[in-house]
Amino acid sequence: MAASRSVLPGFGITLGCTLAYLSLLVLIPLAGLFWKSASLGGAEFLAAVASPRALAAYRLSFGASFAAALVNAGFGLVLAWVLVRYRFPGRGIVDALVDLPFALPTAVAGITLTALFAKNGWLGQWLEPLGIFVAYTPLGVTVALVFIGIPFVVRTVQPVLEDLEPEIEEAAASLGASRFHTFRRVLFPAVWPALVTGFALAFARSVGEYGSVVFISGNMPLRTEIAPLLIVTELEQWNYAGATAIAAVLLVISFGLLLGINGLQRYGARRLAGGRAA
Amino acid sequence: MSIEARGIHKCFGDFTALRDVNLAVKEGELVALLGPSGSGKTTLLRIVAGLELPDRGSVLFDGEDATARSARDRRVGFVFQHYALFRHMTVFENVAFGLRVRPRRERPSERGIRAQVSELLELVQLGALGGRLPSQLSGGQRQRVALARALAVRPRVLLLDEPFGALDSRVRKDLRRWLRRIHEELAITSVFVTHDQEEALELADRVVVMDHGRIEQVGTPEQVYHEPASRFVYEFLGDVNVFHARLEDGPARVWVRPHLLDVSREASERGARAVVERVHAAGPTVRVELRTEAGERIQAELTQEQHAQLALARAEAVWVRPRAGRTFAPAEDYAI
Amino acid sequence: MSTDWILPNSPPRAARRAGGALADPPWVRALLTGVALGFVALFLVLPLATVFLQAFSKGISAFGAAIVEPDALAAIRLTLLVAAVSVPLNAAFGVAAAWAIAKFDFRGKSLLVTAIDLPFAVSPVVSGLVFVLLFGAQGVLGPWLQAHGVRVIFAVPGIVLATTFITFPFVARELIPLMEEQGSDEEEAAISLGASGWQTFRRVTLPNVSLGLLYGIVLLNARAMGEFGAVSVVSGHIRGQTNTMPLHVEILYNEYQGAAAFAVASLLAVLAVATLVLKRLLEWRMGRASCAARERGHA
Repeated sequence: MAASRSVLPGFGITLGCTLAYLSLLVLIPLAGLFWKSASLGGAEFLAAVASPRALAAYRLSFGASFAAALVNAGFGLVLAWVLVRYRFPGRGIVDALVDLPFALPTAVAGITLTALFAKNGWLGQWLEPLGIFVAYTPLGVTVALVFIGIPFVVRTVQPVLEDLEPEIEEAAASLGASRFHTFRRVLFPAVWPALVTGFALAFARSVGEYGSVVFISGNMPLRTEIAPLLIVTELEQWNYAGATAIAAVLLVISFGLLLGINGLQRYGARRLAGGRAA
Repeated sequence: MSIEARGIHKCFGDFTALRDVNLAVKEGELVALLGPSGSGKTTLLRIVAGLELPDRGSVLFDGEDATARSARDRRVGFVFQHYALFRHMTVFENVAFGLRVRPRRERPSERGIRAQVSELLELVQLGALGGRLPSQLSGGQRQRVALARALAVRPRVLLLDEPFGALDSRVRKDLRRWLRRIHEELAITSVFVTHDQEEALELADRVVVMDHGRIEQVGTPEQVYHEPASRFVYEFLGDVNVFHARLEDGPARVWVRPHLLDVSREASERGARAVVERVHAAGPTVRVELRTEAGERIQAELTQEQHAQLALARAEAVWVRPRAGRTFAPAEDYAI
Repeated sequence: MSTDWILPNSPPRAARRAGGALADPPWVRALLTGVALGFVALFLVLPLATVFLQAFSKGISAFGAAIVEPDALAAIRLTLLVAAVSVPLNAAFGVAAAWAIAKFDFRGKSLLVTAIDLPFAVSPVVSGLVFVLLFGAQGVLGPWLQAHGVRVIFAVPGIVLATTFITFPFVARELIPLMEEQGSDEEEAAISLGASGWQTFRRVTLPNVSLGLLYGIVLLNARAMGEFGAVSVVSGHIRGQTNTMPLHVEILYNEYQGAAAFAVASLLAVLAVATLVLKRLLEWRMGRASCAARERGHA
């Protein structure tokens, strides 16, 4: 690694510190996890990651995360559109509130959502007579993950919408396109890489989410137990091998998602170049 | 198709962009809207296109009121200043867009679309680049894609907003001539907006000079250049010197173009004494910067032959005399 | 002689977009705004309001009692301590990383940027687990640590480590794009005028990125104080000793002391709201700063 093209000092020391700190705090501990799971025998590893309980936990984690990310993609797009395109009183407050799930500790979100959707909660008391059970069901897990994922979609789509010149739509209109056509053929294709990125970010975050989910899920094995919770349970039973194996699976998937998201963002950035005057 | 704007008035908040503007463009004409930024020229163009709604007034196409018609239905080709190409579509798809979004009954077949688009790409000399994305094109090429896209819907009117504004000066001049040829070939009524007087004078059949939301003058390039209706038009269309002179009816200010200023070593009754400060001889004409006794800086333009004859030196005292000039209000126009 | 035209301002783009002939029809606006606001009300406003209403559901005195209770105070103290360690550490690291990455070109740079993002991709529970595997009783270093009487897991150092891991990328992520956008011209000018590297950093770079740095720190702090999953794995939940505020909330909630749990939670919610306000304020200041910079660039 050689620095080029710069007369500025401090490259060696800052890069050195960065690498050292990164290695000690992040890379070595993460490598330790893989090392530990590699030291498990193949059979032991498989028994841990493919037990019915583990499979049910993955299914719930990924299924609920997927559903929640889909909900967020839809509502997040509408929310971003409204925030960028329309002016209404309180817009600034709504815009700021979108970040609440980033700022509110997950445990607080967890107990609050549970209180809202429990049988005697503000929302639960109306929903349960209708046969809609949220607290302590997979639906509850999804609701918590919707809360967690909102800002990801809104904050990735919003800048792209802001960046779209109004002239693009005017060009489409002057060429005879209807509003619907303009949206489907011009706006949506421009926004969709960002929308997919936001979806993937929300999904990735949801898969690993713990604090906001454990309260509302009820934590019943095989039914409402998410994968991160299963890791905690195994740990509490001093089953380090089982916890490590499941964590390794989760980690590999997270890394895959991270790489995919990076690729998506690069693709989106490339497509955004051009189209206007140089 | 002819265009008529009647009594167009438009405000944005407390900024008045257009003040009761009337304008008629004849069938097949190429008209320039010329003015500084903020003069309302782009707003007028957008109102004609239906991209902006006027607060008052109406737009007529071939004598028929189109004010209430949406941009979609006006069949107007609009070329945007920054092109507004669809970046996720290839050049071909950009040009084909207007055909593809037509209602199914009116939509040409896929073969028809291909044929029309290819023909247009040939017209704008981009036949080989149909598969590229806008980001892979140069500025001048993007500009031509934008034009081809606008022409694809067979517009009845072509409107261009600062069509060459974002290009460097060389490409600009080439494209200017090329646009003129295309106009002659297609004979489509065209209006373009520009703040560059040279562009307007060279390209247009008629020039509409605008300022502060009003039309100052409409005329052929010769008319607006040689017979400016106002001081604004005179100053906007070229360099000017302002002299404080004493005329028959009292003191006045006289506007003189640099090339209408004689420089000589002989004293003359109508002239003023001045000192040569700088001579720029590189170019088709020679520009001389002078300072009068009153301390005013003025500029004269000589031919290379005159310059060779005179052989002006720096700091030399000379006489300058306007061959022709104009005064404007408060006194009536006055030629000397 | 050129004439200076007095140019009135062109209408701003936003006004054009809103007032142009292509604005969405009123029913579309109403529908979409309704959907968006309904969603925000249900998923954001209602939960936030619930925290505070539940916190005071047993009255102000119960609220006060829940907060000044010794275990709660210990949790508050521990949370502040953890933030006081991990925030400066990660801020310093973030600045160093941003300097190396934004001001220099080197091979493997994009790999490094991705590596810095890793903690965001890892489940908080897994983040806690990696430290248990390293420092726990059965961990790699566990026996050695035990022999020397050092406790990391189920003790404060573990909590600090896990929190620092989780909040590692915040400042670097904020500063790298900002410093890349600003380029190195000003630093190079400073060096050419005879400034030392440290002087250049302190007098040129730092003032230019101070708002962005503060922005990163605000977000970093919110996450550090609110982290739950990672901390929960390494803490051991020893009351009065290894419970941070979020963990204390969990314990109270699981013991059916709802009002007390929400009382402590409301403190965290106040932190969240303060974070949002600060964030907005900084964004607003940064927006104006970058507008001013752009105008200077044009002049």
